[in-house]
Amino acid sequence: MKNVMKKYSNGVIAVNGLDIKIKQGEFVYVVGPSGAGKSTFIKMMYREEKPTQGTIMIHGINLAKLKMSKVPMLRRNIGVVFQDFKLLPTLTVYENVAFALEVIEENPRNIKKKVMETLDLVGLKHKAKMLPTELSGGEQQRVSIARSIINSPKLVIADEPTGNLDPETSWDIMNLLEEINNRGTTIIMATHNKEIVNTIKHRVIAIENGRIVRDEQRGEYGYEG
Amino acid sequence: MEELFGMSSEVNTDMKARTFQRHARESFKSLFRNGWMTFASISAVTITLILVGVFFVIMMNLNKVATTIEENVEIRVHIDVAATKEERAALEEQIKSISEVSSIKFSPKEKELNNLIDSLGEDGDAFKLFEQDNPLNDVFVVKTKDPEDTIKVADKIEGFDHAAKVKYGQGSVERLFKVTSVSRNVGIVLIIGLLFTAMFLISNTIKITIVARRREVEIMKLVGATNWFIRWPFFLEGMWLGILGSIIPIAAVSTIYYYAYQYLQPKLATNFIQILDFTPFVYQVSVLLIVMGAVIGVWGSVMSIRKFLRV
Repeated sequence: MKNVMKKYSNGVIAVNGLDIKIKQGEFVYVVGPSGAGKSTFIKMMYREEKPTQGTIMIHGINLAKLKMSKVPMLRRNIGVVFQDFKLLPTLTVYENVAFALEVIEENPRNIKKKVMETLDLVGLKHKAKMLPTELSGGEQQRVSIARSIINSPKLVIADEPTGNLDPETSWDIMNLLEEINNRGTTIIMATHNKEIVNTIKHRVIAIENGRIVRDEQRGEYGYEG
Repeated sequence: MEELFGMSSEVNTDMKARTFQRHARESFKSLFRNGWMTFASISAVTITLILVGVFFVIMMNLNKVATTIEENVEIRVHIDVAATKEERAALEEQIKSISEVSSIKFSPKEKELNNLIDSLGEDGDAFKLFEQDNPLNDVFVVKTKDPEDTIKVADKIEGFDHAAKVKYGQGSVERLFKVTSVSRNVGIVLIIGLLFTAMFLISNTIKITIVARRREVEIMKLVGATNWFIRWPFFLEGMWLGILGSIIPIAAVSTIYYYAYQYLQPKLATNFIQILDFTPFVYQVSVLLIVMGAVIGVWGSVMSIRKFLRV
């Protein structure tokens, strides 16, 4: 995973002159106050936003120049986890996870096997037939993580995955992400959670006013509140 | 680097049968889920296509009638009585040299008189008196390649020597051409207007479907569904709306035309006017209506999805 440099504006300049490099298998926290450009940074990683200047390289592919028609292929190789889970309420847990495989036209024989394996990994095999509304927030986030990793992506991007969860559940989710990271998957996680950043030590990239103000291995959260 | 991403060969251009089944299922589900909007769009298509169908049938028949009449338009060039044989031949050559002329036929005055007598039936007998001393002129009957050129050609011939009088039904021909061209243009404008209305209604229906499934579309995009994968169900839904909407118009237009044909044909036949035969024509109209329905349905849906795919 190589990340070169990006400058970006959409009327306001959300992110300017970022220049970082993230290696395959790293676990990176992206921290910073609200509106600092964290979300823009994250969104550019899965190409929801396009950088106006500069280049973003993922696995040797330049996202700034990626054709629209290739974006789906990019996203199949990047797992995305959101604060609000983004699950479909009318589908069961199993169906929600399988959905990611269905839309990329995976062979149905493989779907069942893969979905059950992944649900097992996140510890929700026994709740496969339930609807998301019948689950707790933490469990819903596990489903969404299961969906993000089902294609065995090399990179998982998490946008405040613990933002809506109570502290205890947050630790469970973190343990799960750690486990995924230990399997060699790069994880880039935007967060506001000081306690987590300071306890589970990883590289910290701090963004303020659209610029990187700090980039430390095994860093601290470094903000009050 | 292509392999790293699996971006290579087996991209989704070839749609698998299973995937297509899924799209078809989704599109039908959506039709039922949005019951009233579906009903409204189908009604819109139905009304549009009925009007289009009726206009089309009338237009095509008017056209047919007009062309039959147009084809019968001929220019009659009365040859100067004093003209010698040579002068007559020269005139014929001159007329032939006009590029728009397709045929020229000489009709001697004896024949002209006979025609006149025949066409008047019993009253014509009175003219038999003239057989001794024929007051009519010899005539060239001229036809043009394109009936629209009649007037132009007639004017040209009028300027030639020994052409005493040129007749082509002045006035009525002009009026006929005017009526046919106006009715064609009005019909086309009306049909286009109606088609746009129906398209707009369908595109609104699909839009509502999409808004209801916005979240689903968003997630599909995030997990890497291609635009076409997302588009297909809506595409098909639009097509069903259009095709379902064309059923009643086809039935209505066919039935109406059947009775109209039965009623009109014998009456018109006595005037040497022909309208289009029922069988091939009604099939053509039906196919046209189905295709139109499907096209406006698909077009309407394509217009409304565009916006939502830009995630």
